[in-house]
Amino acid sequence: MRSLKLSLGAVTLAITLLASRPALAAEEVSISAGDTGFILICAALVLLMTPGLAMFYGGMVRSKNILSILMQCLAAMALVSIQWILLGYTLSFGPDHGTLIGGLDFLGFGNIGLEALSDTVPIPHLAFAGFQLMFAIITAALITGAFAERMKFSVFVVFILLWTTLIYDPLAHWVWGGGWLGQLGIMDFAGGTVVHISSGVSGLVAALVLGKRLGKEREAIRPHNMPLTVLGAGLLWFGWFGFNAGSALSANGVAALAFLVTNTCTAAGALSWVAAEWLHHGKPTVFGAVSGAVAGLVAITPAAGFVSPLSAIAMGLVVGPLCYLAVSKMKEKFGYDDALDVFGIHGVGGTWGALATGIFASTAINPAGMDGLLAGNPGQLLVQSIGVVATYVFAALMTYAVLKAISLFTSLRVSEEEEEAGLDLSLHGEDGYSNADMSGEGHAVAG
Amino acid sequence: MKKIEAIIRPSKLEELKAVLNKMEVRGMTVYNVMGRGLQQNVKQYYRGQEVSVDLFPKVKVEVICRDHWQERIVDAIMETCRTGAIGDGKIFVYPVEEIIRISSGERGDAAL
Repeated sequence: MRSLKLSLGAVTLAITLLASRPALAAEEVSISAGDTGFILICAALVLLMTPGLAMFYGGMVRSKNILSILMQCLAAMALVSIQWILLGYTLSFGPDHGTLIGGLDFLGFGNIGLEALSDTVPIPHLAFAGFQLMFAIITAALITGAFAERMKFSVFVVFILLWTTLIYDPLAHWVWGGGWLGQLGIMDFAGGTVVHISSGVSGLVAALVLGKRLGKEREAIRPHNMPLTVLGAGLLWFGWFGFNAGSALSANGVAALAFLVTNTCTAAGALSWVAAEWLHHGKPTVFGAVSGAVAGLVAITPAAGFVSPLSAIAMGLVVGPLCYLAVSKMKEKFGYDDALDVFGIHGVGGTWGALATGIFASTAINPAGMDGLLAGNPGQLLVQSIGVVATYVFAALMTYAVLKAISLFTSLRVSEEEEEAGLDLSLHGEDGYSNADMSGEGHAVAG
Repeated sequence: MKKIEAIIRPSKLEELKAVLNKMEVRGMTVYNVMGRGLQQNVKQYYRGQEVSVDLFPKVKVEVICRDHWQERIVDAIMETCRTGAIGDGKIFVYPVEEIIRISSGERGDAAL
C-alpha cells in the first residue's frame, strides 16, 4: 500500500539516494516523503510540549520562582539535546546488548544518515532519532515539577544529565530499543512506562530526598498565575498529538487512531476530574480542568495506537478521579511535597494507562497490536504489570542513587535564605515580573 | 484639617468618586489594600488542597478636608458605600497638622 502512495517527492529523493550510493542500490529502501514530513512535524510538536510544560508548571509556583522553573525546562531542552547526540541515542537505540542497553554503534550520531530506518519504517534514520530526542527532553523536564522551588541549579544540571543517561536511556531501550520488556511483549505506544511512570516515580523520590519546601507546613502555597498554567496545558494538549500520533512512525491509519483517542481520553479526563471535585468541594475549578486534561493525555499515551475511542472515554473517566484522589488525599496522607504533582499525575496516571492498555487493547482496532484482558487475553495485563513494576523499581532506585551520589559533593538544596528570597533572584539574578520594585516601571497603569 | 480614611468595597470606588466629584471634592489618594474585619474566611481548593483565604481585597480612599467638611464627606461615603452586609468596610478620621503643596510651597488651606 505504502509504495503505491509514494509521492513524487519521495520517489525523487529515493532516486537521488540510489544515484549517490550505487553500491547499496539493491538494498536501499525508498524514503516515504509523507511519513518523513509527518514525523518531522510531529517532532517539532513534541518539542513545543516542553515550553508548554514550562508554562503549565510556571503558573503553579510562586511568582518568586517562575524563572527557575522556566530555566530548568529550557536547560532540559538544551542539555538533553546535546547528550542525545553524543551518547543518549546510541544507549537507547543502538544494537542490543543483553536486552539491557544499546551498544555504541551510534556514538556521536555516527552511522546515522539519510537512509531509511528499516524497510517497514521508510523514514530517514535521522528523522527517527530526532523524533525520539524530543521524548527524552520532555521526560527529563517533567521531573522538575516535583522538586520545584528548592533545588540548586548546578545540582539540577548534573542531575538531569545523569538521569537521562542512567535512567531514561536504558528504559527507552528496554521498551522500544530491543530490550527485555519489548521482547516480553509490553505494549507502550508512546511512553506510559518510559516517559510518565519513570518521570513520576523519579519525581517522587527526588521530592522525598530533597524534603519539603520551607513554609509548606505553616502556609498555603498557591499557584501565582493560573492563566499561564492554562496556556501551558493547551500547548501540551496540542503537542501531544505529535507525541502520540507520531509514535505510529507513519502517516497512516494507526496515527489517525492515536490522534483521535488522544483527544477523546483528554476530554474525558478533564470532565471526570472536574466532576469529581465539583461533587467533593462544590466548585468546578479551572485548575481541575487542565489537570484532568493532562491526566487524560498521560493515561492514553501507552494505549494510543491500540484502543478504540470508546475505550479512551472509559480510560479518561477513570483517570480524572484517580489522579484527583492521588493529589488531594494520598499526597496529604503521606506528607511528601511533590510540589507540582508529577507523581500524582504522571506516575499515577501513567500506571493506570499502562495497565489499562492491557485491559482495553484490541487487535480488532489495530491488527498489529495485541489483545488485552477484555479481548480475552489476560496474559497481556500481566506483561503490562511487569513493565510497571520494573519501571517503578528501576527509576526509584537509580534516582535515589544519583541524588545520593551528587549529595556527596554538595547540598542538593539552596540555602534557607535563598529559598525565602526566591530562586529567580538568588540563583538567576533576575525578576520574573518587573513590578517587584516601586519605581512604577512595568506597571500596567501609570500616573 | 482632617484626613478621612475609608476602607470600602472595590466595587464602590467609581460611584464614590462620582459623588465626591459632585461635591467638588477632587483630591484623593486611592490604594489597593488587603484586610479583614468580621468577614468569614473563604475556602479555596487547588487540586483538592484547601487554602483558607482570610484577607480580602479592599480599596482605601484618603481625602484631606477642612474640619467643617468632615461630616458631609463621611455622610457621602456612608450613603454610597453601605450595602448593610458584613464587609462594607470602615471609616477613620484623623487630625492633620500641616499640608504643603510641593510644587508651590503653599501651606494649610491654600494647599488643599
